[in-house]
Amino acid sequence: MLETLVIMLVKIGVVFGALLLTVAYMTWVERKVIADIQVRLGPTRVGPYGLLQPIADGLKLMFKEDLIPSQVDRVIFLLAPSLSIIPAFIAFAVIPFGDTTTLFGLLSRPVPLHITDIDVGVLFVFGVASLGVYGIVLAGWSSNNKYSLLGGLRSSAQLISYELSMGLSVVGVLLLVGSLSLVDIVKAQAGVSWWFGLLPVPNWFLFSQPVGFCIYFCCALAETNRAPFDLPEAETELVAGFHTEYSSMKFAMFFMAEYANMITVAALATTMFLGGWLGPVAPSPVWFLGKVFFLLFLFIWFRATLPRFRYDQLMGFGWKRLLPLALLNTAVTAIAAVRG
Amino acid sequence: MELLIFAGLALVAGVSGLLVVVQRHAVYSALFLILTMGALAGIYILLDAHFVWVIQVIVYAGAIMVLFLFVIMLLDIRSEQAPWAAPDRGRILVAVLLSVVLLLELGIAVARRFVLAPAGGPAVARNFGTTQTVGRLLFTDFLFPFEITSIILLVAMIGAMVLAKKRLT
Amino acid sequence: MRVPLEAYLILSAYLFALGVVGVATRRNALIIFMSIELMLNAVNLSFLAFARFLNSMDGQIFVFFVMVVAAAEVAVGLAIIITIYRNKETVDVAELNLLKW
Repeated sequence: MLETLVIMLVKIGVVFGALLLTVAYMTWVERKVIADIQVRLGPTRVGPYGLLQPIADGLKLMFKEDLIPSQVDRVIFLLAPSLSIIPAFIAFAVIPFGDTTTLFGLLSRPVPLHITDIDVGVLFVFGVASLGVYGIVLAGWSSNNKYSLLGGLRSSAQLISYELSMGLSVVGVLLLVGSLSLVDIVKAQAGVSWWFGLLPVPNWFLFSQPVGFCIYFCCALAETNRAPFDLPEAETELVAGFHTEYSSMKFAMFFMAEYANMITVAALATTMFLGGWLGPVAPSPVWFLGKVFFLLFLFIWFRATLPRFRYDQLMGFGWKRLLPLALLNTAVTAIAAVRG
Repeated sequence: MELLIFAGLALVAGVSGLLVVVQRHAVYSALFLILTMGALAGIYILLDAHFVWVIQVIVYAGAIMVLFLFVIMLLDIRSEQAPWAAPDRGRILVAVLLSVVLLLELGIAVARRFVLAPAGGPAVARNFGTTQTVGRLLFTDFLFPFEITSIILLVAMIGAMVLAKKRLT
Repeated sequence: MRVPLEAYLILSAYLFALGVVGVATRRNALIIFMSIELMLNAVNLSFLAFARFLNSMDGQIFVFFVMVVAAAEVAVGLAIIITIYRNKETVDVAELNLLKW
């Protein structure tokens, strides 16, 4: 009993710490990668290769003056940043980041590398992720600022719209696995199949559900308010969107929530489509992290490459392209699954 | 332990439920309603409703209440006066009294103990309330009602679009 | 300690009564609507408690249907409230007295 509790607490601590560290260093990675793409240098001053930049940024934000505008709804204004950051972290509770381990023989029995495995894992992630919209909506509303309000409204409309396609895009995978548990989904992707007897291809759902993966990825970009779907915080038209009025650590919390959400959707995509922790030779968490970071790199690449959508284009793309495509994908997969 | 968890969640649900009704501002009402629903989702886990609790989070907290907040923000409704300061105080008194009577009536019904089960309920099968069980029932015994729900949703969708459209041409 | 059935039912009854108070006393159409949601949730709790204590899944299935109806109702209801607001600039039900001649 005590051992289980200690192991659980250690796992929670490790996941939480790793998540915070990744969030902090994602800002550095993003600046460096975009700088490379745009043939610039990016941060170089603070530490070697600017590696201490996130710490400097964090300290700067902590010591900034914490402004609360006079006409805001104080309670909700203070509540909103935490409401947006908490769901982003909770969702990680069910994501498996590795196979079982004995920690090089230190532990008496193998310990699975996930905080918990519930039989509605996928739904849990979607449910919790859908709560993140409250922080944004309430921040926009309570700021009592028209730019914030517009940003909040846009964001909630966008999240509601793309959640549908996102949910439908993974139904194909669920049909093939027959379980909502994320551990079962990873285990179903074990093994290798040979294409034309020549090319070894892992049994990842990326290859049996390519359409599903593409839809999921588009929706993930939209759900995390990333370019090219970053309309809620479009600088050129809405100042900074829903967090215009925020400063200091509260502003930082919105930023952390955005990056934590990115990591969550990338981790879910890894689990659902890229075989999770599965891979040869290297230990399982390394594979998991590698795949997540590859997806995060794709996110940044997209941001550096694509121009922003117009609002009507965004809505049209979600409702008239992605949703029918996701429905079609579901139907085809269902027929294929039934026919064997 | 179970009783303790239940007591905590029930307290949250009860207090925030009360605050839904007495808040002046619709936004605060909505927030407390979300809290009530969250606490109820926790209670559903105690009741072995493994599928329903997560559906509660997704449908109620994730979709319905977002829609509420969306409309409140869209219409930009400002604080009204406190409900108990309204001119029709007598009507409110009668309503509250009637509700108390209703509550007493329900309490008497509960006290009759028409279900004889031990505290915590009878032992149930391992797959009680899981997604698989719910899914299998929905597609066998309850197939017809399940199909009807799709018609209800379709009608609601069309109705909402027709109503919210600015001008019918 | 296990939780007796009565505890769930009393909580459910209490929440239902709260919903009734809300519908009967409030004048903001949105809050009335939320009170209705509160009542639906209270009923769902009863269903789930009975399902667990009678060892029958039917209650849980019924909750599923209640949620579908609630979602449909909210979509239509909020659309109606928006339409009313467009015409009357208010969501106060006491001022919507056009048919009370």
